[in-house]
Amino acid sequence: MNASNGPIARLSGLVKRFPMGRGHFTALRGIDLQIMPGEFTGVVGPSGSGKTTLLNIIGSLDTPSEGSAVVLGRSIGELSHKQAADLRNHHIGFIFQTFNLLPVYSVYENVEFPLLLLRKPAEERRKAVLEMLEWVGLSDKIRSRPSQLSGGECQRVAIARAMVKKPGIVLADEPTANLDADNSHHILKTMVRMNENFGTTFCFATHDEKVIRYLRRKILLEDGRVTKDETVKKPRLRRAGT
Amino acid sequence: MMAWKLAFRNLAGAGLRTWLNALVLSLCYFMIIWHKGLLDGWDRFARTEKIEWEIGGGQCWHSRYDPFDPFTLTDGHGPVPAELASRIEEGRAAAVLIAQGTFYPNGRMQSVLLKGIDPDQSVIKIPSGALKAENGTIPAVVGGRMAETTGLSEGDAVTVRWRNRHGAYDATEVTIARVFKTYALSVDAGQIWIPLDSLRRMMEMPDEATLVVLSRGSGLPGSLPEWTVKNPAFLLSDIDQLIRSKSIGGSVLYVALMGLAMLAIFDTQVLSIFRRQREIGMQMALGMTRGQVIRLFTLEGALHSILAAAIAAVYGIPFLAVLAARGFGVPQSSDSSYGIIVAEKIFPRYSAGLVLGTVLVIFITTAIVSYIPARKIAGMKPTEAIRGKIQ
Repeated sequence: MNASNGPIARLSGLVKRFPMGRGHFTALRGIDLQIMPGEFTGVVGPSGSGKTTLLNIIGSLDTPSEGSAVVLGRSIGELSHKQAADLRNHHIGFIFQTFNLLPVYSVYENVEFPLLLLRKPAEERRKAVLEMLEWVGLSDKIRSRPSQLSGGECQRVAIARAMVKKPGIVLADEPTANLDADNSHHILKTMVRMNENFGTTFCFATHDEKVIRYLRRKILLEDGRVTKDETVKKPRLRRAGT
Repeated sequence: MMAWKLAFRNLAGAGLRTWLNALVLSLCYFMIIWHKGLLDGWDRFARTEKIEWEIGGGQCWHSRYDPFDPFTLTDGHGPVPAELASRIEEGRAAAVLIAQGTFYPNGRMQSVLLKGIDPDQSVIKIPSGALKAENGTIPAVVGGRMAETTGLSEGDAVTVRWRNRHGAYDATEVTIARVFKTYALSVDAGQIWIPLDSLRRMMEMPDEATLVVLSRGSGLPGSLPEWTVKNPAFLLSDIDQLIRSKSIGGSVLYVALMGLAMLAIFDTQVLSIFRRQREIGMQMALGMTRGQVIRLFTLEGALHSILAAAIAAVYGIPFLAVLAARGFGVPQSSDSSYGIIVAEKIFPRYSAGLVLGTVLVIFITTAIVSYIPARKIAGMKPTEAIRGKIQ
């Protein structure tokens, strides 16, 4: 269960099939993979290659059809709905392409939401939320609603929400797809800083070059198979304004 | 606690949508409570009128008397038993003799029930004191409807014809000493009240009566030979039955109103929940269990009913209080159309049971109609809910 003692996620012979008509579509075809604590890694590949499916299984939002996926010591395929929810609640943060903020909540309330689920005391919640909003540079927007924010700001709220409970791993599915270059780099830098400061593992699913440049490990997924897994010693980080 | 907090947050966040829902629901509260209160008020009024004007604390009928069979009037009378006579003497009962007759108001001939009552009685509200008047003719009192339909008014003299116990016809003139106002039709329409002694003389039935009305709280006598004791529950059974049938009609309206309100809530919840499935998917991704999602959205729906109760209280309490104090006017034609005791004004009666019952029923029903779509959406896979994939 302790992430520091072993891989955050260990996937062996992972297969995922979806029913389609009378047959099925195979999205993942025998994935063997390990994600270690503190990694800033990304599953890279073209659309339809299975990136999101892989992230969903790691995030216990979905289950494998075959093989095993052990995340933070728990076998995803064997978890009940409640156990899966508990795993997500305590240890996994999500960032989505479309932000998926709760529209009727303020920025503060959106970030506070995971802590409410964890039944943290009010004072602890307040402190954690304000700290996280400070990290993403939205301290002045705590009362704003998502509809009053720009896309970049929404994604920063989503990052704060994913990070506020200090999860073992943050799964980011195309986090920059709806953002312009400046905002993309801004949020990626924020995530890099968080990774460095908190030691949080980040795992992306992306085909965006801007994101790929930041990754320290790139797992190339093609047609449901890992075709390349490379570690980048020094990511080619973008200079401001370029 | 968390579900309450989130549900409140969702309601507050939804703004105008929440207020509109609650306002519509509050109208249902108001209509249901108002309508049921009106029926309850009517029920209470009708029973009170019937008790005060006609049945008192119960009646003793001659065994051959049947109020629904006019032919029994010929034989349905007899000497008042000693036990009842002593009660009459003590003012705890009033004897009534009933005979069939004909009278001729304004040149028309009309069947009438002649009812003899002791002018000194105070057991029922018939203004029998007016029967003490003496001007050479027999004094009589009639109800307002009787006066209206026959064109009689106080001071008018009218000829009355009857057939005594030997079958001989006779006639005399009675003078209307008082026209009394009552909502109890059964002591009004088609009836003339005259002094008991006069009627006994006219019918040659000394010391006889058709029925004896007991005073309220005096208790019912034991069995009496040739007489049957009728308790208030029996005597009120026809009105109870009528009110019950009106209540069933009212309940249909109640159910229809509830149905409309629930349909509105159900629609809103379905629309809201399915429109918010990405949000719900995200909540599940953040760690909410299916049970928590169901609880949250069920509670959110049910809270509409609490908010609606508060809104209904704000405008409903003053309005209903004024209505209860001033009464609700009923069109004059209602008498004939309803055929029962209907006052010109009905004073609605709102019991705590009615209000709390309505709130509880609406709360539970709202919770149920909120639960159904919540359960459906919570059954979705989070991945599909996040993508907004409607199932």
